[in-house]
Order: sequence, then structure tokens, then C-alpha cells
Amino acid sequence: MQLFPCPFCGLREETEFHFAAEAGKVRPEPAPGVSDARWAAYLYLNDAPKGVAREIWVHRTCGEFFIMERDTVTREVISSSALPGRAG
Amino acid sequence: MTMQRYSGLSLVREGLRGHRGWRPAWRKATPAAAYDAVIVGGGGHGLATAYYLARQHNMRRVAVLEKGWIGGGNTGRNTTVVRSNYFYPESVALYDLSLRLFEGLSRELNFNVMLSQRGMLIAAHTPMQMEICARIANAMQLNGVDGSLLSAKEARRRLPLLNNTADARFACMGGIWQGRAGVARHDAVAWGYARAASALGVDIVEGCTVTDLLTEGGAVTGVETSHGTIRADRIGLAAAGATPGLAALAGVRLPIHAYALQAFVSEPVKPILDTVLLYLGTGTYVSQSDKGELVFGGGLDRVPSYGQRGNLPMQETVISGLLEMFPAFAQLKLLRQWAGVVDVVPDSSPVIGPAGPEGLYINCGWGTGGFKAIPAGGWLLAHLMATGAHHEISRPFDLSRFAEGRLIDEAAGSGIAH
Repeated sequence: MQLFPCPFCGLREETEFHFAAEAGKVRPEPAPGVSDARWAAYLYLNDAPKGVAREIWVHRTCGEFFIMERDTVTREVISSSALPGRAG
Repeated sequence: MTMQRYSGLSLVREGLRGHRGWRPAWRKATPAAAYDAVIVGGGGHGLATAYYLARQHNMRRVAVLEKGWIGGGNTGRNTTVVRSNYFYPESVALYDLSLRLFEGLSRELNFNVMLSQRGMLIAAHTPMQMEICARIANAMQLNGVDGSLLSAKEARRRLPLLNNTADARFACMGGIWQGRAGVARHDAVAWGYARAASALGVDIVEGCTVTDLLTEGGAVTGVETSHGTIRADRIGLAAAGATPGLAALAGVRLPIHAYALQAFVSEPVKPILDTVLLYLGTGTYVSQSDKGELVFGGGLDRVPSYGQRGNLPMQETVISGLLEMFPAFAQLKLLRQWAGVVDVVPDSSPVIGPAGPEGLYINCGWGTGGFKAIPAGGWLLAHLMATGAHHEISRPFDLSRFAEGRLIDEAAGSGIAH
């Protein structure tokens, strides 16, 4: 069992967490001017990096979303931090 | 190189001669400077693509580039189940093409892929699940493949070791039966396609890593590899979890997350299970190999990963699911556990079609279900690479479906566990 660091609760078991999305996606605005291709890219396309990845996770037991940097090969956690505007 | 044909007679002859006359099944090729088509990935899908390019489309200047060894990725890491019990017409057309090709494959390749159509039960344990099973069975029949609803009594007759005691958490209520489903020897599928493709002139290059995709004026012109530059104006990617990294070399992003999918085998025992079983309630599925091992698996590890290992929580989920179904299996020792890196897309359906620069084609997104699709994946990618146009069966699976909102959501349709 791997332990992941929640910025709010500290180290907890991996089963308490859920991967949400790759970090850094910016929702295209304003909606009426967004093409299908740009919207699909925002919704679906990923980098799926092999190695260091910056991801958004949710700690399901406290309900907070946060950013975690990990290595997708070794599974080492590099850092975890609250989303901007949330105290961690 | 002419192919050394296998037969009962050749077995007897070699048996009498001390098995000294067998030749390698395929040539170990060194790559030429240029080909008409290059396929990246020497698993089942890539090898099948090369075979059908040569066999169906008469393209003989074809190379398969494999960074490791033939069938050493997901083709050698799956649980060998073949089936076509899906929901949507597009999916059934695709997976049943594959199953039909599997049914003739040993003869086609002159290589025994040990196809055993022992039937598969998708088992339900609640009235709601039975209703979903009835819906899928109806859809299968409407789509022209064999599928029927099995009663609890009939399911228990076929699976006498199932836990049906009064306190069983998941007492079986019946489920969907597909009689043509079964298992095939996974290594044999890779080796059979490799041998037949090699005999038709395809170069199979193992230990050859692709480091760059070369493009000029918006079209692919070749690949840079650990064995030097190889020119080709048609390139097919059939690399499962490695596809995002390869596509990125041509600036193409894909709707893929890479996850580890685990599988397990127990020590071998005498025959105790003669069907394939998937339990909706536990997510665990199991069959017994010809050697007697129980081969089983479940859902994805829930952590995106390129590590071919697998994590402990999912092992616990899968094994506890197995023991809930078959308490008697608690006596067995686990022999091996491993993981493959699978390419998961949002609608749990594959992506087959052109991508990015002209001449680049992809066959990926099979997620947890790529093995059963090997013959169809190869057939359809070969059609694309030879003609430049979709086969009617692959057209719905084009990458454009994400921008057009035409998702083929088999996660919702047939209850795929991701």
C-alpha cells in the first residue's frame, strides 16, 4: 500500500485518493467561440507523460482537490500542494 | 525463406530424429534503409498488421520494429480471453470480426493458437444486473452474434464450484452466455503471425527502439531508430501504452491515460473450471489454462502508471473477489503476478485511423481488452495503411469521434471495468 500526501490531511493510503486529470489544462473561453476541436482537446487530450507528471487528484475522504507531482514509472511522489486559493 | 510447415507428420518425423530439424520460426532481420510500410510495435496487433499487409494487400517491403522482443509486452501479459459480447453495433462488428478470424487462425497461419471456445458467462447477482444482462444479450442477438441469457440453475450447473451457500455475498442469479467465447494461447498468436509474416518477406526487427518520427511538408518520411534511419511514407503505431510517447514525436496528443493492469496465475491443479467467468459483482474474471493454472484478473490499478508491476490494493480486490466466488480456491498458492501498461480512452473503445501528419496511422486505445482484438486490429490497420482509407468496420473508431461527440461508450454499454 502506497501512501499519498494530502496537503490538508497528511499521508494517507492510496485507496483514499482518486486521479482526476492532468494539471495545467485551461478551459477555453468564451464558450460560444470555442471550436469543437478545441473543446475536445480540452476535454479529452492528454500528454500521458512517462516520468514526472503534474496531476490533479482528489482526496475522497476530505473532498479536497489538489496538485500532486509524481513519477509515473517509479511511482515516487515528488510534491503535493493545494490548488491556488486553497490553504493547505 | 520458405516456411517449414507444421503437421502431425512433421511432429512424428522430428520426434524420431531427436527434434534436430526444427528451424527458427521467423528470421531475425536487420533493417533495410527503406520500406513501403513500417509498423512500430511487435506485439500481436503489429505482427498481425504486417501479416495482413503482405497477405491481403500484397505489400512485401514491410518492417515491424519492436523495442523489446516479439510478444513481450501486453501480448504476453494478458489473460488470453477471446469474446465478442459487447453492446453497440460498431463494437460487435469489430470484436466479432476478430473472433471469426480467430476461429480460422490456426489453419490460416499453420500454427496452433490453441483456440478453445469453451464459452463465457458474465454472471449477475442482483435482479438489476440480470436486467442489464438481458439487455446486452438482446443487443448481441440483434447484432447477429451468439448470446443468450442463462438462468441461475443453468449457471450453477456449468459452474458447480461457485459459492451458492446461504450466506454467499454474491449468489449467482444467472447471466449472459456466449458459447463462442473462450481462450487462445497468447504467445502462439504472436509467434504464429510473426512466422507467417516473415515467410511472406516481412522484416521483424527486435531490440529496435524508435526515437523519432520524421516528417517533411506535413507527411511522414520515416523513423529514427537505435538501428539508424529507416525511410517509409506509411507508418503504423501499434504500441498500446507506449503510443502516447510515440505519437508525441509527431506532435500528436491522444485521449489516452496509461494504467497498469494486473493478472495472476495460481499453481496448476486438475480440471475444475471449464468456462470463462466474469463476475459483475466482484469485477474478477477467471479461467483455467490447459496446464491447470487458474488465470485471473480484474480492473485497472487506479493510479496512472508506466510501471509494469501493479499495486497491492488491486491485488487484494481481485483475489478477494475470486475467493468470494470460489471459496475452495483459497487453498491454492499464487504462482505469478504481473502487470501490463494499457492505453485507456474515455469511452473504452479503441482508436483506429489516421493521426497527425499524412501517412501516420494509429491502432491503440484497446485498454484492458486488446488481446481478443488482435486479428481485427491487424486486419483494419493493414487496410488503412494499404489503401489510405478506412474499412467500414474501423471508420466509427476514428480519432475524430472525440471532436464530433460520437463516443462509443462500452464502459456504459457492456460494463467494462474502466
